[in-house]
Amino acid sequence: MQMDHQIRVLVAKPGLDGHDRGAKVIARALRDAGMEVIYTGLRQTPEMIVTAALQEDVQVIGLSILSGAHNAIVPRVLDLLREKEMDDVLVVVGGIIPDDDAARLKNLGVAAVFQPGAPLEKIVRFVRNAACAAA
Amino acid sequence: MNRGAPPIPPSTLSEIPLESHYGSPAPGDYPYTRGIHRDMYRGRLWTMRQFSGFATPEQTNGRFRYLLSQGQTGLSVAFDLPTLMGCDPDDPVSLGEVGKCGVSIASLADMETLFDHIPLGQVSVSMTINSSAPVLFAMYLAVAEKQGVPYERLNGTLQNDILKEYIAQKEFLYPPRPSMRLVTDVVEFCARHVPAYNPISISGYHIREAGSTAVQELAFTLRDGIEYVEWALARGLAIDDFAPRLSFFFNAHNDFFEEIAKYRAARRIWARTMKERFGAAAGRSLKLRFHSQTAGCSLTWQQPYNNVVRTALQALAAVLGGAQSLHTNSLDEAYALPAESAVTLALRTQQIIAHESGVAAVADPLGGSHYLEALTDEIERRALEYIRAIDEMGGMIPAIERNYPQSEIADASYRYQKSVEEGRRVIVGVNKFVQSDDHPIELLQVDQQAEISQVERVRRLRADRDNAAVQSALGRLEEAAATDENTLPHILAAVRAYATTGEICGAFARVFGPWQERSVI
Repeated sequence: MQMDHQIRVLVAKPGLDGHDRGAKVIARALRDAGMEVIYTGLRQTPEMIVTAALQEDVQVIGLSILSGAHNAIVPRVLDLLREKEMDDVLVVVGGIIPDDDAARLKNLGVAAVFQPGAPLEKIVRFVRNAACAAA
Repeated sequence: MNRGAPPIPPSTLSEIPLESHYGSPAPGDYPYTRGIHRDMYRGRLWTMRQFSGFATPEQTNGRFRYLLSQGQTGLSVAFDLPTLMGCDPDDPVSLGEVGKCGVSIASLADMETLFDHIPLGQVSVSMTINSSAPVLFAMYLAVAEKQGVPYERLNGTLQNDILKEYIAQKEFLYPPRPSMRLVTDVVEFCARHVPAYNPISISGYHIREAGSTAVQELAFTLRDGIEYVEWALARGLAIDDFAPRLSFFFNAHNDFFEEIAKYRAARRIWARTMKERFGAAAGRSLKLRFHSQTAGCSLTWQQPYNNVVRTALQALAAVLGGAQSLHTNSLDEAYALPAESAVTLALRTQQIIAHESGVAAVADPLGGSHYLEALTDEIERRALEYIRAIDEMGGMIPAIERNYPQSEIADASYRYQKSVEEGRRVIVGVNKFVQSDDHPIELLQVDQQAEISQVERVRRLRADRDNAAVQSALGRLEEAAATDENTLPHILAAVRAYATTGEICGAFARVFGPWQERSVI
């Protein structure tokens, strides 16, 4: 297993919503677990997120979406990653994502969807294992 | 509007007669720790005000009329994110967000539909909107004009609290100082022309939802209040001309006694601050009136029916703490905007507390409890420490600019989450008493149709209206924004010409520029 500090994660908050409690808690938990975390801040478009992921050379993108706009935003991020031949970057999504939508997003290529109440430890473990397996 | 509500019986269920209050000092006496009225809910029940809004103006108008028919006593409008952020439905950044978290209002035409058959002279309307608040408020005034209702008869509340946006909810558009000027424009306009309307609801709710402690919620909210007072005074208003219409909005979270003590401490600190710091003389200037909403962030996705019980306890705390109006969350709100059946159950929860439980019969029934009084004093002491610290930084805007409240909240939020992770804090159904066979619940679905129809509607509006009149109104607005003239009359003129939410906020943006926060994790 690789050292955690080699895992680089972009935590991003797309859309118009400013509720960033979840994004910040996750960012801190991943950082406390030894990963390098870049937090984009608020109101990032899919284009800005993919550009940041490229510049920061991350293995994982974590998207926090609570507003219900995930069906419009997440597929766009995945398309842009494919366009830029960055399909090896893992995309995980957290937030208020209904079960049916979670299944649809996974079919489109999202590695994991974490719904409300998901333990931090489970998220950290998933990111660590998935990033190491992909490396 | 409590017309038709049965009176609170002045006796227990077994017919033991009750006084309206017990002990001394009595509720209704300065510094109002025990409540702002001597008789509290015997005189008038709290307003049952469910926050509501989704999809198109037609759909939300239907929900409003349903809630009023079910005994709700005031309206509270939830706007969608594009409206909150001053963007039109066809703006590229609105993609996927139109009508999702609230109702989409792009112009006066939408506002007319929203309040169709709702008499604004009789129904009090609360509007949860902040950075674009002056625009939506102007649309509300313009609808009142069309209904023939004079401004003096309007009562309701505009959230219009921009400081907590920088601190917690992050729905800001412009830098803090021009934003404060717009807030003060509304406060001044209301003090002069809409005297029964609350031009601001100084909000701790979102601060708490962002993960703060009860003390932080209280302290940052009251310090925000002090900031608004200072700006209004600097505008030349006399304290007793606007202070009576300042209203507050607090969270009702899980810790039952801590919440009750928080509301009591809030009233005491505010009364003393208004009297000693600002020299307010009118009794109404000293009385902190507040709306409360149960804690959305306490609701769980797991075992959603447990949320009904959480909400009932939180609502009871707000009532025992002396709230003037209350929103109870629906059991499905960890998933989506509430379905009609869920919102009805949430309203029934309030009605059961009001009419069956007996708690409304006596003001401040817990006053004098050793525990509660000590907790009230301790919360007050800790909140005053924060207020002093922010005073020393030069006020809330410098504190925000150095990320002080934001960092305090982020730290508290992470501490809370760790305590849940480590099982030190129990959340039933999440980290203890877990079961795997959760029953699915009925959910409200907001489909893409709302977005498609709102996009079409705003495009048709732009084609049909008098665009020369719109451009000239927007031009005058931009000129006024660059001076220190009150902008509200100019916003009203633009709204009456059917300028859109996005166009008006865009005019301000050209003058004020954007605001980028330095994110801390």
